[in-house]
Formats: sequence, structure tokens, C-alpha cells
Amino acid sequence: MILIFAEHQKGQFKKAAFEAVTYGYKVAQATGSSCAALVLGSASDAGTLGKYGASKVFQVEDAALENFDSQVYAAVIAAAMQQTGAKLLVLPHSSTGKSLLGRLAARLNAASVAGVNALPVVDNGFRVKRPVFSGKAIAEYELKSDIKIISLTGNALQPQVTGQDAPVEALSVTVPASRVKVKSVERAEGIVPLPEAELVVSAGRGMKGPENWGIIEELANVIGATTACSRPVADADWRPHHEHVGQTGIAIRPNLYIAIGISGAIQHLAGVNSSKTIVVINKDKEAPFFKAADYGVEGDLFEVVPRLTEAFRKFKGGNG
Amino acid sequence: MKLLVCISKTPDTTTKIALTGDKSALDANGVQYIMNPYDEWYALVRALEITEKSGGTVTLINVGKADNDAIIRKGLAIGANDAVRVDIEPQSSLSVAKQIAEHAKTGNYDIIFLGKETIDYNGSEVGAMVAEYLDLPFISYASKLELDGNTATISRDIEGGVEVVEVATPFVISAAKGLAEQRIPNMRGIMTSKTKPIAVVSPVAFDDLAVTVSYELPKEKSAVKMVDPNDMDELVRLLHEEAKAI
Ligand SMILES: Cc1cc2nc3c(=O)[nH]c(=O)nc-3n(C[C@H](O)[C@H](O)[C@H](O)COP(=O)(O)OP(=O)(O)OC[C@H]3O[C@@H](n4cnc5c(N)ncnc54)[C@H](O)[C@@H]3O)c2cc1C
Ligand SMILES: Nc1ncnc2c1ncn2[C@@H]1O[C@H](COP(=O)(O)O)[C@@H](O)[C@H]1O
Repeated sequence: MILIFAEHQKGQFKKAAFEAVTYGYKVAQATGSSCAALVLGSASDAGTLGKYGASKVFQVEDAALENFDSQVYAAVIAAAMQQTGAKLLVLPHSSTGKSLLGRLAARLNAASVAGVNALPVVDNGFRVKRPVFSGKAIAEYELKSDIKIISLTGNALQPQVTGQDAPVEALSVTVPASRVKVKSVERAEGIVPLPEAELVVSAGRGMKGPENWGIIEELANVIGATTACSRPVADADWRPHHEHVGQTGIAIRPNLYIAIGISGAIQHLAGVNSSKTIVVINKDKEAPFFKAADYGVEGDLFEVVPRLTEAFRKFKGGNG
Repeated sequence: MKLLVCISKTPDTTTKIALTGDKSALDANGVQYIMNPYDEWYALVRALEITEKSGGTVTLINVGKADNDAIIRKGLAIGANDAVRVDIEPQSSLSVAKQIAEHAKTGNYDIIFLGKETIDYNGSEVGAMVAEYLDLPFISYASKLELDGNTATISRDIEGGVEVVEVATPFVISAAKGLAEQRIPNMRGIMTSKTKPIAVVSPVAFDDLAVTVSYELPKEKSAVKMVDPNDMDELVRLLHEEAKAI
């Protein structure tokens, strides 16, 4: 059986959970296996995971699971693997999933690959690929152990509705005591966090100063995108640090990345060049970013961006 | 406090990536190697700050062959007291973690520092594995660490926010940006690093479970399509109809 760790936030499933279930369903189809989801903590509509291909949803409810501790979660997931006899575990490639992957690999003596972005090749063994060297190469791995663990990058595939709600079965697992005390959790409300965002509008030093960011926010608002920035912009405190993308910031993989007044230094590209479509707006036609772009606009951002925002607004209006 | 910092070697981001003829490995010719920035800038420096303030030692550990000694020396020049190198070419993350855990098992370290990920493979796997082998708490993506006796208060980066946790030593921590400020080794550090010991130890046997079969280079990006700056309706149309991005 294939087990999907379905991550949720206070009972709300993340899109990554639906993606992972869809992924598990497809692997199950290719290997003649079945796919089940695992939910830790309380989530009222756990059965909806069935729509994306989980034939069953296992749930462990315990007050101790309300806060995340990789040690406790790993113990519970390992027990669930044993009880269900699952041989493949799919985790989201999120801060939670990444903190669990290594623990479970060590605990279950399992082969693991982090950051997988495509379905495995299963005709002869089990092989998966992932991008390495800042997207400058792709490595293929063979997983040779009985139990296998992978984490799936966000936006690697679209969630697909294939069926109905699935039955939810409570698993009884002893939840060990945590040695980590969570004191506070702060999350920006109402915006999709960068690692999960499908649309990202990003700006750099070409903006001249923080007072000019209104046009960036307006563009982002119109299309429902999350905002990002280059490193010097965050270093100068023009923008908050959690917006910094690149080698030393966050690596993202949205469907659309619009880069405005960013030169496209290799360290910046390292975090964004896996984006599906890249649009670059820059007044310098020699800017290196154009080489990594799908669409380019050579022009003054202070004129081009408001025009683009208007064009999107018109498009949205016409398309409901 | 007795602190251990795990350091790894990684190609510089600006390195051009080429593959060997049979595509089984990265062509190391002309590759510029550096210490993984998260290990050097954040994990190591925060460890040093702690011992500078409250006493103790910082030991470096690296799993790798003798060609890694250059980055180990750099870590010693920045200020670590001594170093251990486990003499084996790193294969899978699990085998690296196993080697680190074998050493740490008997080392009585209060805190084991790692970088949040290496910038070549971005696996972010080793820290959690070391923690599991040693049955210790693991605090990942730490951007702030304050110590009060044996109690640590740590801020960790989570999607779209920050979580603050409290944990007692011993524990394993992975460093993200913000944990410390990068330090450049000074002349004195470079001189004294030459006399600091690097203990070379033999690896324990370990069967790799995940093995790299081959590498490939990504498909060449097709040439950028330039759009008239006065016609943003055209860009929106292309994004919708051609790229299907919106
Ligand atoms: C070890 C290391 C790690 C790094 N990590 C990162 C990282 O994670 N992320 C990151 O972003 N950087 C990183 N950097 C920095 C990186 O090398 C670049 O310096 C940085 O990305 C440049 O930021 P920028 O493009 O905003 O600014 P600039 O390079 O100054 O580019 C500004 C661009 O704006 C354009 N422009 C100016 N005015 C206008 C206008 N009116 N209209 C249109 N275009 C305009 C210019 O033509 C130019 O191309 C790192 C550097 C090092 C050494
Ligand atoms: N060969 C190695 N020797 C010592 N530490 C390592 C090695 N490889 C990785 N690490 C540590 O593990 C962290 C995470 O690496 P990774 O899991 O490969 O992304 C790095 O930042 C280092 O601190």
C-alpha cells in the first residue's frame, strides 16, 4: 500500500495534500497497489481526500498532535506504516515534510529521496528524479529498500478529482511525549505562503525604493499572487525577509513568476528557475534574466507594470 | 557547552555544471567547491558565538575524503577548535547521517548544528536523520537561537511565518538565514588553523539504499519571446493561451 501524509493547518488541508494524494493514486495505478491517506490531529473533513484517489483515510487524533514535533510525528507515522503494511510513503516537500523525511528514513531503514517532482519509473525497480545543482541538472535515483520514502515538491502535478469521499478509520497509536514545547506560531494571514504560491510577482533593486512597491502589490492583488523580492531588497529592509527568494532565501516553483527590475544573477535564479513560466520586465535588454525567461518585456517598469495590471484587470473582468 | 557543527562541501552556485561521458556523475573538472553557506555562515558562527560567550568547544565534522580538508581548515580558521573527518566519499544522505551519528554517539555534545540544506542537492535530509539515530529532538530551519542555561528558545521558519519553540539540550538544530552573521576568517585565524587537529576516522559499514543511477541536463530553454512594452494585452493573452499560466 502507498501511504500519503496529508498535511493540514488547523484542520484545513493544504493543496499539497491533494497533490500528494493524486500522486499516490497514480503510482498505485501503475503498480497495482492502493493508496491511502494518513491524517494526524483533528481535521473534520478528512474523507474528502478520497476524492483525489485515497481509497481509505487513516486518522490518529490526539491532543499531543496539535503542535508539530518531528520526533513525535515520526513515531506515529512509523507506527501507521507498520499497522497498514504500507511500503511507500509520500510526504509534502514542506518544512514539516522535510523535517520528517530524514527521521523516517533512519527509523525505518528506508531509501529516501527529497524534492521529487515527477512520477516514478516502476517497470524495473523504483526510480525517481529530482532537480539538483540549482536546477542545472536532474538526478535519477533507484530506491532499493523494501520501504521507500519520498517528498513531493509543490505544484509538481495538479490535484485531480477521481472519486468520492473515502471512509475514515481511526488508528490507535501510542503518541510519545514531546520534548519540544511550542510557545507560539505566527503566520501571515490571508496570503498564500511563497513556497505554496502558484503565482508570484517579484521585484528587485530596479524599484529604486520601498515607497514604490504599491504598483507591485496592486499587480499581485489583481491576479491573486504572492509577492517576493531579490536579496538586496530584503537586506536593505525595503521588504520583509520572508519574501527573499534565491540561493540564500526561499526556493520556489510557481506556475508563473513575474520578475520586475531584477537583473537575474545566478544566485537569484537558483531559487526561481524551476518556475513553469517566467516573465521578465527590465529596461536593460542585456539583463541576464532574459536568458532564463519565457516572455520578456524591455521597458521602464514604472510604465510597464501599471499597464500590465490594467491588462490583467481587463482579462479578469472578461473571464469572470 | 560542547558543540558539534556538521560541514559539507558543495559546488559554488556559479559553477557551470557538466556531466561525465557516461552521465553517471558530475564532471568535477573546473568545479569550484566551497563550504556550504548555511553551515559556514549560520551554523558555525552561531556555535562560535555561544562558546565565546559561555565557554566550551566547537568541533567540526565532515564526511568526505582528504580533498575536503581545505574547507575544514577554513572552518578552523573561522574559529572552531578541532575537527573530525570521516574518511569516506559521501554517498546517500542516510550514510552521511549514520557516520555523523556514530561519532556523536560517544561525543556527549550538547548541541549538534547543521545547515538547513546543502545548496547542491537541497535535500535537507541529514539533520533529521542524525537526530533520529541519536534519539534527539530536531529543530529545523532555525533563524534564531537563545540559550538560558540548558534551555534553548528557538525561532524556526515555517511556510509564511515563524514558530517559536523551547527545548532542553541535547538537541539537533538546522540553521537557516538569520541565525548569525557571516564571518570572514582573519589572518590570525588562518595561521592558528594550521596547527589545529583534524582527526581522520574510519567509516562504519553501511549499505546505501538510495543510489544515483544517472544525471541529465535539463532541456534547453527556448529563446525568450519579447513582447512590445506598449501591448500588455498581448502578454496577458500569451500567458493565458500559450503558457496556460493564468
Ligand atoms: C553567496 C551569494 C548568495 C546570494 N543569494 C541571493 C539570493 O538568494 N537571492 C537574490 O536575489 N540574490 C542573491 N545574491 C545577490 C545576487 O548576486 C545579486 O546581487 C542580486 O540578486 C541582485 O538583485 P537585483 O536584481 O534586485 O538588483 P540589480 O542587480 O541591481 O538589478 C536591478 C535591475 O533592475 C533593472 N532596472 C532598474 N531600473 C529599472 C526600471 N526603471 N525599469 C525596469 N528595470 C529597471 C536594471 O536594469 C537591473 O537589471 C547572492 C549573492 C551572493 C554572493
Ligand atoms: N558530507 C557531509 N559531512 C558533514 N555534514 C554534512 C555532509 N553532508 C551534509 N551535511 C550536513 O547536513 C546538512 C544538510 O544537508 P542535506 O541533507 O544534504 O541538504 C548540511 O548543511 C550539513 O550541515
